[in-house]
Order: sequence, then structure tokens, then C-alpha cells
Amino acid sequence: MKIKPYGDTLNDGKVEISFTLPFEYGEVGIEAAKNIAKQMGLMDPQVVHAESIYEGFSFYVIYGAVPFSVDPEMIHIQEIKTPTFSREEIEDLIEKEFNRDLVFIGASTGTDAHTVGIDAIMNMKGFSGHYGLERYKHIKAYNLGSQVLNEEFVKQAKLLKADVLLVSQTVTQKDVHLKNLIELVELLEAEKIRDKVLLIAGGARISHELAKELGYDAGFGPKKYAEDVASFAVLELIRRKKEN
Amino acid sequence: MKKLHLNQDNIDACRLYATQITDDVQHFIYQHTTVAVERSVCRMLGIDGIDEFDVPIPNVMVDDVLKNGDLSLGISSYIASALEHLGISLDEFVKQYNLKKVKLCDYPLLTPTQIKKTLQPYLEKSLALIKKNKLEREKIIREFPVKKTEIYVIVATGNIYEDVIQAKSAAKAGADIIAVIRSTGQSLLDYVPYGITTEGFGGTYATQANFKIMRQALDEVSKEEHRYIKLVNYASGLCMPEIAVMAAFERLDILLNDSMYGIIFRDINMQRTFIDQYFSRLINAYAGIIINTGEDNYLTTSDAFSEAHTVLASQFINEEFAKRALLKEELMGLGHAFEIEPMIENSFLYEIAQAQMAREIFPNAPLKYMPPTKHINGNIFKAYMQNTMFNIATTLTGQSIHLLGMMTEAIHTPFMSDRFLAIENAKIIQTAMKDLGDEIDYKPNGIIQTRAQEVLLNAKTILKEIKENTLFHSLENGVFANVKRSFTGGKGLDGVIKKHVNYINVVQDAIKEELNEN
Repeated sequence: MKIKPYGDTLNDGKVEISFTLPFEYGEVGIEAAKNIAKQMGLMDPQVVHAESIYEGFSFYVIYGAVPFSVDPEMIHIQEIKTPTFSREEIEDLIEKEFNRDLVFIGASTGTDAHTVGIDAIMNMKGFSGHYGLERYKHIKAYNLGSQVLNEEFVKQAKLLKADVLLVSQTVTQKDVHLKNLIELVELLEAEKIRDKVLLIAGGARISHELAKELGYDAGFGPKKYAEDVASFAVLELIRRKKEN
Repeated sequence: MKKLHLNQDNIDACRLYATQITDDVQHFIYQHTTVAVERSVCRMLGIDGIDEFDVPIPNVMVDDVLKNGDLSLGISSYIASALEHLGISLDEFVKQYNLKKVKLCDYPLLTPTQIKKTLQPYLEKSLALIKKNKLEREKIIREFPVKKTEIYVIVATGNIYEDVIQAKSAAKAGADIIAVIRSTGQSLLDYVPYGITTEGFGGTYATQANFKIMRQALDEVSKEEHRYIKLVNYASGLCMPEIAVMAAFERLDILLNDSMYGIIFRDINMQRTFIDQYFSRLINAYAGIIINTGEDNYLTTSDAFSEAHTVLASQFINEEFAKRALLKEELMGLGHAFEIEPMIENSFLYEIAQAQMAREIFPNAPLKYMPPTKHINGNIFKAYMQNTMFNIATTLTGQSIHLLGMMTEAIHTPFMSDRFLAIENAKIIQTAMKDLGDEIDYKPNGIIQTRAQEVLLNAKTILKEIKENTLFHSLENGVFANVKRSFTGGKGLDGVIKKHVNYINVVQDAIKEELNEN
């Protein structure tokens, strides 16, 4: 089965786009915007709104239809296969499988000053009604905050004997977050503890696939909560324990 | 206009506790100086520039005294003594010092009276410049009076020249205040970068040269638009007072300048932060620069509904620290935010309660109201709606500094069109609902009044606890945003120095004297 964007009729292919051109508002600007939309492959693009937003800059809202479609069956993505348990189930699982507390440390590393992501997963209150790891029995959660340098993060991981390392990257410009994430893997390898810990990345621009590519054990993007992260981590730690 | 009928006894009690809380810290502040304070003294004397390794001369000098002298006496002593002994001007001294032809710490130290006399001409030049800037701002504002609610937007391209385009476009679209976000991580640098910069991450480096470029651009727009466009930067992090000096020199109008933000959110040592914030605020008071405090951050980290009272408690503490630094109420831009989960029933009423409460408790403060960010997740259409609700709350409760929310929050630093649409949204609400606030009274003992009374009472309780535990210990216990910071932990502690009995800071003495006279 092939699919197209849906406006109000199957296969109409309707999409909305908006952008700014560094060009004066006017007939020429509108035509230029339409031309951009055509080059993007849109059929019958309509400039439904155009206005000047500054001298030499104009803003456009455009509707059009795409001529192409995709077959979802041809798409293969790496997904996290483990199920998501409730907090109570996770707590029971740890109690049953480990005779100790599991240590999670988390931080927004490098120059990233945003704590929203790591706080959502770790803080007692959690996010959107999903309690954070600090509230979990048998999990010792250390949230190191933001702008934690990779060196410091590794130092704390060793000091606290962490089982799981959570790295958050929120706002990124010029892909500085990728460099930073890779550097952490290299540091852990240099310290010979990469295989002793579970390494998990999270953030709005992070996918599981990307995280795996960078040498992480898992990646969690938007709409993932503490229980998603904890379920994966605990099940993976159990699997590894049984392997040894 | 009073609509909440807040319990005045509780407000008075909060202010009393805040006074007692800061007494303790202020006593500590008076006994100490920091490397950043001493570098600011250098800058106030007119010392600027960098050495062959790009290290700012104020850093070179302060490090020199740390190594070869005794910084607890204050850098004023060393500079004055060197000038007097060598018999040359400060400009000449800096030139030769940079060429390593003369030293800073090799001379017998002068007496306090001699130090003051030697440095007076240099200091007076800077003070005159700052005063001139202040008068100029006042003159423009008399000509183009400030609106009740001013629209504040952020630019953050990393390139100061690109920032100028973004800033001018925002001002033309209706923004009254432009903040240039700093490059990520600048707050943790223990020096201020030098010169014009065109690369940064998530923002543009705060340098004096960049300040100058943006000020000039905004002055041009101000003339065209017949509105004074204010310029904002960040006196936070490890260089609070130095940024304040540069901002005073370049006529910035507002500085983010919280007494505790660095401690809680940047893990900067608390001793360092308290000392630095005091000196930076003295300079702001002298320069007529509005400070903005960072209470909004408590709510992005913890729950905005249950932690609302910590915002109010912190506002009282920030107010009291500001008073100690001789800032007038008109310069106290206390912060708060619209961050309650919107799907909580009546969340909007609780936001109104908080905003109206802040307005009534701090009637003369240019309150800084921050937009929703925490519950914005990439759905730009929903975000636009949330920002509309925020704009309504702002207008209804008469907030002063209105930082607009961006529908692309948490996606990227704003596009030109994001900012344009946000300004359009705010202007529609400001126009369509202009006098709605005056028409509304809140129901006696209704949800809004009750909520405000509760938050006030809880603020009183927590301020009492802070007073009993001291502010230092309370911060160690994580009183704000659940973040725990130790007295001796964090960055920058090695830059804290206990003052010698003969310590002298000619800048602080002169500024305090003049501010106390007025």
C-alpha cells in the first residue's frame, strides 16, 4: 500500500509550507515563492498568504500537493524492541533480579544548558504525569544537571559506580551535539568502562537509530518517559547479567 | 489596582524575612572580593584589550597580582602604586606592561588616600561616560515614553552582523526590547571574549565590541520608529560585574542579573556568585540599567503549579539584594513565568493569580514575564495558541517586560518569521484587550484570589525556613528548583578572596558614595 499526505480526500497529497524569502514583498516575490514550491515538487502550489516582514524580506504560506507517495512496508527503522513496564513492575523486576539498587546518572553534557530533557526523565516529579527515576524504588538516580563536561561525567560515573549513563542533548546548532556525543563514547572506551555501563542518549533530535550509529546502546526521542528508559535499561541489564 | 486583597501582614512578613536572610549573606559579601570584581575595577579604570595570547589585559593583571602580589589588598593598590612609582599615565603603563617592559607588583604600596588620588582621573572619566549614557537614555525616553508593556524578543544567530538584521526586523515589526543571547557556555568562561565575533553556538558572544555594534543599530531604528529600542545582555555567570561595566559603557538598558541563578543553574560557587552579583548590581544602579531576575527557571526545572511559592520567595530575596546594591525599584525587573501544564483544569486562572499577585506585591518593579517553554513540544500550532494565552495573561495583569514565546521553541533559535508572527500575536492581544484588565474584578474568595493567598502564605513559610537555616544552608538543601549546591562546590571558588584590612576598591567607594548621596 502506498500513501500520500492527506488533506481531506485520500491521495490528494496536500501539504502546507511556510518560509521567508530575502526579497521585497510584491508580485515578483510571490512568483518566486511559488517557483520554490514547484521546485520542491509541489503540484499546483497556491500562495495563500504573503506579506513583508522587513525591508527586503517577505513571508509566505503555501498550499500544494505532492505527486509522489511512499510504501510504509518498504521502510525499515531500528526500534527499541523491549516492552514498556509500569514503575511498579520495574521496581519489582529490580527487586527480583538484583539484590542491590541500580545506579543511574544523567546530565545534559557539553555546552548544552538545557535541563528540560534530563529533568523530564530523572526528576521526582517527572513530566506530564510520568514520574521521574528519582521516585523509583531500587533506583539511585543522580541528575548532574547541565553543561557537564564529558570528562566530569565519566569521572562521576566511575565514582558512583553507575550502571546506566543518561546523556541529554536538547538544543543544537551546527551539529555540536553529535561531536559531543561521540566524544563521550571515545572517553568511555579510553577509560575502559564502555562495556561496563549502559549508555543511553536522549533529546528532541535523538532517535534510536542515530544513537546506535554513534555507539550508544539506545536512544530516546520525544514522547518517551522515565518508564520507557527504565524498562529498556533494566531488561538490558538483566539480559547482560544472564549472558555472563 | 488591587484586585486580590492580599494579606498585607503576610507581605510584610515576607519582606522582613528577606531582609534577615540577606543580612547574613551581605555580611559575608562585605568581607570578600573576587577575581571578577577586581577585573571590573581594571575595566572601570579604562583598562581594556588583550595580550599576544588573546587573554584580556584585566585577566592578565589580576592573575599577576594573584601570583606576585596580594589580591586581598585590591588591584587598585597595585595599579596606583605602579603609576605613581613609574610616573607615567595609565595608558602608557598598559602599553608598556603589555610589552613586558614594566611590572605591576614591584613597587612600595601607596596609602589609601594616595591610591584614590592617583586613580581618580581615570575613574572619573569612566563615571562621566556612564553618566552621559544614563542621561542620554533618560532624554530619549522622555521623548519617546516607555509603554506599559514592552515587547521583548531574542536574537541568537552567533554572528553579530546577522543579529543586527534580525534585531532591526524585530524592532520594525514592533519589538521594544532586543536581547542578544550569548553563545552557549559563555557563562562558564572566567573572562570576557574580546572584539567583534561572527561565530557562536546557540548565540553570540557578549563582547564590548558586539555591544557597540548592536547599540548603534538599535539607535538607528529608534530614530526611524520614534520608539526607544532597548538592548539586553547577560550579566550572569563568572563575569557578572565585568559585563555590567561593559554594558554601562555601551548604554545597554537591561541585564539579566540574578542573585542566585548562577548558583542553581550553572553550578557556579555560591560565595563567588553572591559577591559578584553585589558589585555588578552596584554598577547597574549607577548606570540606570534594569536588572532581570531568573525565577522563571525554577518553573522549567520543577513543577510550576506546586513550586509557585518558591518564585515569590525568590523575588523577595532578589528584591532585598537589589536594595542592598542601591538599585531603585524602577530598575528591579523581577522575573516569573507562564509554565503551568495547560491541561490542568483552570491552569489559566492560576497563571492569572500568580501574575496579578506579582504585580500587586511589586507595584513599581518592571516585572519580567517569561513565556511557556516547558510544555511546548514541537507542535508549532499548539505552541502558537499557548503563547496567545500567555499574551492575554500579560495584558490582563499589566506585566512590564513581555518576553514573547516562539512557536518554534525547543526546535531551533527563532527564524525571522517566527519572531514576526509572535510579535503580531502580542500586538493583536495588546490592542484587542487593551483595557480589559481595568474592567475585571476577581470574585471575592474565588479560585484566583484563593490561589494567590495560598502562594503568598507558602512563600512566607519557606522564607521563614530559609531565615532559620540561613540562605547558604538552604541552597545546600535544594530549596530552589530542587537543586542542591554546596558552599564550597561549583565553579569559581578559587576566585574568591577574603579582603585584607587594608583592602581598597576605588570604584566601589566612589559609586556607593555617589549613590548614597542621591
